[in-house]
Formats: sequence, structure tokens, C-alpha cells
Amino acid sequence: MKARVHITLKNGVLDPQGRAIAHALTGLGFAGVGDVRQGKFIELDLAETDRSKAKASVEAMCAKLLANTVIENYAIDLVD
Amino acid sequence: MQAAVVVFPGSNREQDVAKALGAVMGHAPHMVWHRDSEIPKVDLIVVPGGFSYGDYLRCGAIAAHSPAMREIMERAKAGIAVLGICNGFQILTEAGLLPGVLLRNACLTFVCRNVGLKVESSQSLFTNGYAAGQTLSIPVAHHDGNYFADDATLDRLEEKGQIAFRYCAGDGTLAEEANPNGSARSIAGVFNETKNVLGLMPHPENAVLPLQGSVDGQPLFRGMVEALS
Repeated sequence: MKARVHITLKNGVLDPQGRAIAHALTGLGFAGVGDVRQGKFIELDLAETDRSKAKASVEAMCAKLLANTVIENYAIDLVD
Repeated sequence: MQAAVVVFPGSNREQDVAKALGAVMGHAPHMVWHRDSEIPKVDLIVVPGGFSYGDYLRCGAIAAHSPAMREIMERAKAGIAVLGICNGFQILTEAGLLPGVLLRNACLTFVCRNVGLKVESSQSLFTNGYAAGQTLSIPVAHHDGNYFADDATLDRLEEKGQIAFRYCAGDGTLAEEANPNGSARSIAGVFNETKNVLGLMPHPENAVLPLQGSVDGQPLFRGMVEALS
């Protein structure tokens, strides 16, 4: 089973990289781009076959290492 | 007094801080490799600057879970002094020993120059060599030094006197232009609640010799050694 983890900055946390991307897109002529927020995508190969156990395990990984919950949110998708 | 400097793959200021500390202590600190879960009995543990683990995932995130850090957490909770400089500050926040987090600099560039620094509190074993309100010139060298915490946390830090240093102009005033990285409330360094842990982005170890252009870092090392001897 694979787990796909999306890590995004919480609302209210300044994202200077996202802002630079927005400026660059505007500079390239892509009109209509408002706020840009940059995040991370992490894909994990798991030995676990039980979905609920896998979810609990990846939750713990996110809380302990993959995300810094002071500034980041995470969302987990499990894929068979 | 005995001190230890923890070395991670990617640390690069461990010799600078060992020399600055050794010059005041009269003997060299112990150098401890990050895989060592046993740290000698010391009065001070320093987590030096650099790019531990190549800044992978987030600055300091991987180092924060190394065997040496687990031991440092225990020591810090027991009241032993812990000093984190630059990447060391990032590691201590990731480990949860200090509040907040260091984000990418607001200007997005690596900033490497001397900055003005205002001593906010002289009431600690780290800052007793300074006077509150004193301004210093100390170099910074970082890409991710933009201190962030939510407003409630920032208010609490101010209320409890946990802000050690702020970025300032030469005359000591706080100004946006004098804030090199966009840090919240110009914060450059913070204590934990019991003030036995200090993290700061600037490098006092690189301001201890006239050759380095400033000796304003010296009182930090002298003050610590006096307090812990």
C-alpha cells in the first residue's frame, strides 16, 4: 500500500516562496493567479496491509517528523 | 566547567564555537558525534551552526530526532544549559525545546553579514555578560532564520521575558530595514521558560576576535563560563 502525504502551510503563515512563484507567473504573462502557496508531497511505500493501521501509522509519522504542526497541516491518502 | 559540542553530518561551525568557548574555559570542550547516545557529564551542551542532514525535509528536522538530541532533551529537562546557534536554534525548535519555528527568510536570499542586535534580557546564564538594551554587532549567515510563532505564543514570550535578542538598527531602534529575515517582532533569539536553553540565529562565536571585525560575542562566552564555573 502507498500513502501519499500532502503537507501545506497553515493559513496565516507567510509563504515567501509561494509569493515569489506568484510573481514569476505574473511575469511570464499568466494572468489571474492570486495567492500561491507552496507545499510538499511525500509518497511512502508501506508494508502494512490494514488500512486503518496504515492510516494511524502515517498520522504518527506526520505528527513526529514529516510535518511541523506549528506551521503545517497534513492530509493523508492511502492508495492500494 | 565542562562543555560538549554536538556534531552532526553537515555541521560547519563546531570548530568556531569550540575555539570561542575553549579560549574562555581554558580547555577544549568535548566533541560529541550525533550517533552517540551518551554525552559526557557537562555543564553546557552546544548545538552548533551548519546544515545538518543537508537541511532535508525542514532545517533541523532530521537532527532533532538523532540519539544525541534525545539525550540533550533529557539533560535540558534536568536543567543543564543548552545553547543552539543558527542551525542549532532550528534543531532545538524542531525538537520542541524552544517555541516557534524558523521559516525561509522573507527576502528569499541567503543573508551573510553583520547585523545589529539588541540584548533584551541580561537575566540569564547566557546573557549576564551584557546589559539589557545594549546593542551589538554580530554576523548572521542563514537562509532560514525568519522566526515565526502565533501571536499568543509571541505575547507569552514577551510577558515571560523569554526574548533574548532582537535585530535592531545601529542606534538600537527596531525597524523593518534592520530585520534581515522578516522575523516576527524582530526576534533573533529566545529562551525556554526556565531560561536554561537559548537559541539564536546570529553567530556570537564569529565575533570574538578583532580579526573577525567585532568582539561583541565575547561577553556571551565569558558570561556563560562565569555562571557555570
